[in-house]
Amino acid sequence: MTEKLKIDKITNIVELDGVEKHFGEVAALDGVSAQIREGEFFSLLGPSGCGKTTLLRLIAGFEQPTKGNITIDGSQMHGVEANERPTNMVFQSYAIFPHLNVEENVGYGLKRLNLGKDETARRVNEMLKLVDLDNYNKRPAHALSGGQRQRVALARSLIMKPKVLLLDEPLSSLDKNLREQMQVELRHLQRTVGITFILVTHDQEEALTMSDRIAVMFEGQIVQIGSPQELYSRPKSKRVASFIGVMNFIEGQLLKGGDQNTTVDAGILGNVNVSPDQIPIPLNSGPVIIGIRPEMLTLLFEDRDRTEFEISGEILESTYFGDMTYYTVQVTGLKSPLTISMRNTAGRRVLDDGESARVGWGAESLVILKKSEV
Amino acid sequence: MNSNKNTLKVFAYSYLIFLYAPVLLLPIFAFNDSTIISFPLNSFTFEWFAGLTQETYLQESLKNSLFVAISTSILSTCLGILASRASARYEFFGKKSILSFLILPLFLPEIIIGVALLVVLMQLGLPLSLWTVILGHTLVCTPFSIAILNSAFANMDMSLEEASLDLGETRFGTFKRVILPMVSPGLISSLLICFTISLDEFIIAFFLTGTETTLPVYIWGQLRFPAKLPGVMALGFLMLLLSLVLLSLFEYFRRRMNRSAEDKTNVQFDNLFKT
Repeated sequence: MTEKLKIDKITNIVELDGVEKHFGEVAALDGVSAQIREGEFFSLLGPSGCGKTTLLRLIAGFEQPTKGNITIDGSQMHGVEANERPTNMVFQSYAIFPHLNVEENVGYGLKRLNLGKDETARRVNEMLKLVDLDNYNKRPAHALSGGQRQRVALARSLIMKPKVLLLDEPLSSLDKNLREQMQVELRHLQRTVGITFILVTHDQEEALTMSDRIAVMFEGQIVQIGSPQELYSRPKSKRVASFIGVMNFIEGQLLKGGDQNTTVDAGILGNVNVSPDQIPIPLNSGPVIIGIRPEMLTLLFEDRDRTEFEISGEILESTYFGDMTYYTVQVTGLKSPLTISMRNTAGRRVLDDGESARVGWGAESLVILKKSEV
Repeated sequence: MNSNKNTLKVFAYSYLIFLYAPVLLLPIFAFNDSTIISFPLNSFTFEWFAGLTQETYLQESLKNSLFVAISTSILSTCLGILASRASARYEFFGKKSILSFLILPLFLPEIIIGVALLVVLMQLGLPLSLWTVILGHTLVCTPFSIAILNSAFANMDMSLEEASLDLGETRFGTFKRVILPMVSPGLISSLLICFTISLDEFIIAFFLTGTETTLPVYIWGQLRFPAKLPGVMALGFLMLLLSLVLLSLFEYFRRRMNRSAEDKTNVQFDNLFKT
């Protein structure tokens, strides 16, 4: 129901317009523009040093932009201090006040609202229940585990009923199991409270599993914004493609054809017809890079297995992951080997190194990218 | 090898005796029933302690000393807060040299400070009083305060302040509700050490005091009268005890400060969900 309502009327809760931030000579942010929609889970994804945390801190009001505008909930944020903004932040270190216990931490921001003892206690308990920390009220800060700290940090921010919740790599200090559990919980929490979340992360898997939309950032700029599916299957550049997951790249030629059936000369793979949506940014005919994900390639085990296209090669190396096996396959006529991932289904054996193999693939799994892109 | 070890041991013990024997003489003669400070000892007495209560000048100077020490410790600590906070949070031109100059009085001979301040005060035409003593003591104590508070402020995680601002608290409210409680062990340490230093400081107090004297100056005056010596011993013993108590407290709070700094960095990541 709510999903439908949102589609009817999309409002932007945060608008970034040409935001720049310079630290001395260094431009940490170099003209960032984006619209973040009300109620969505939005991620800023990029390698360390790409400016994603700086952007989050600008939205929170800890830093002021050198240039450009930030609008939150329709109001210009120029000169508005962090304590006057309708945003709250979950810090990477969680920043739990060490001299206060759980309920004092969670109720910290309520004190200024003068709600009275009973109302404050009621809201604090409600929040603790939401983050699964009921009855932890009197627990001192130093006696909390990493996961508990994060829950306190979440509760402390959410109790302020922010328009936007900002999360700065909140899962990076947790161990793998806890991190995966918290990914699910955070997503669930966001759906429950309906508040816009902006998450900063360098972990592409985290961004993919949690977000409604992701902005990929490199060197102070947003290079692509899209849903996880769009980013994964239709990356706009080689760089985005290899930052999000693994992708095989093959050199090829774009042969100009009609809009509906553009043809690509993929060298050893032959001429392939592709649809316009497989070319995320418009390209002229000439040299291109052809991208294909490892799971879009198939090893044909049985003689009777057939796919749209087929090439032959030799297994260089196989890496067994339990549920999956990753193969490095040298296809005759290709410069670099291909990475192929296969699900280990019942009865399927793992191929040995040096074994010859047939590799199958389909035309619709290709994505055509600009050649000059490094 | 072994004899070498023993020589070192002997050296260490003689050093300790040399260091503390004179101090140990204080309680011995403070309880000795004789006006002459020499062995052999006479009988045990509380007479000198009882006598202290009769000395009105002593009580005056004790009051003065407490007033000076308390004012000095508060003033120095306030200045220390400002300096340490500035050095921990902000980058500004000449930060390092300014801080070195702030610490410098630590290494200046007190007599130089005393004489210099006296000359300045004379030139300004300010009358000498307990306030001028406080001024001098603050100059000497502030470096100690800065040294102690610097680590307290520098150890504070910047994101705690930001978290407080983020939760709607003002800058002043953040200082009151987050920063002060977190540096409080450092503050108490600073107050205690400044109080102790000021309480037994003699040279500056001697130079800058007016008609009202502080306790060390009073004691110095008493040394001219041999009959007063046992009383001075008794007083000295009491001051020694007070200093020990204050220094132990200082050490306690200093350790607590270090511990809280460790707590912050060694965040325990034991897993809630595995239980």
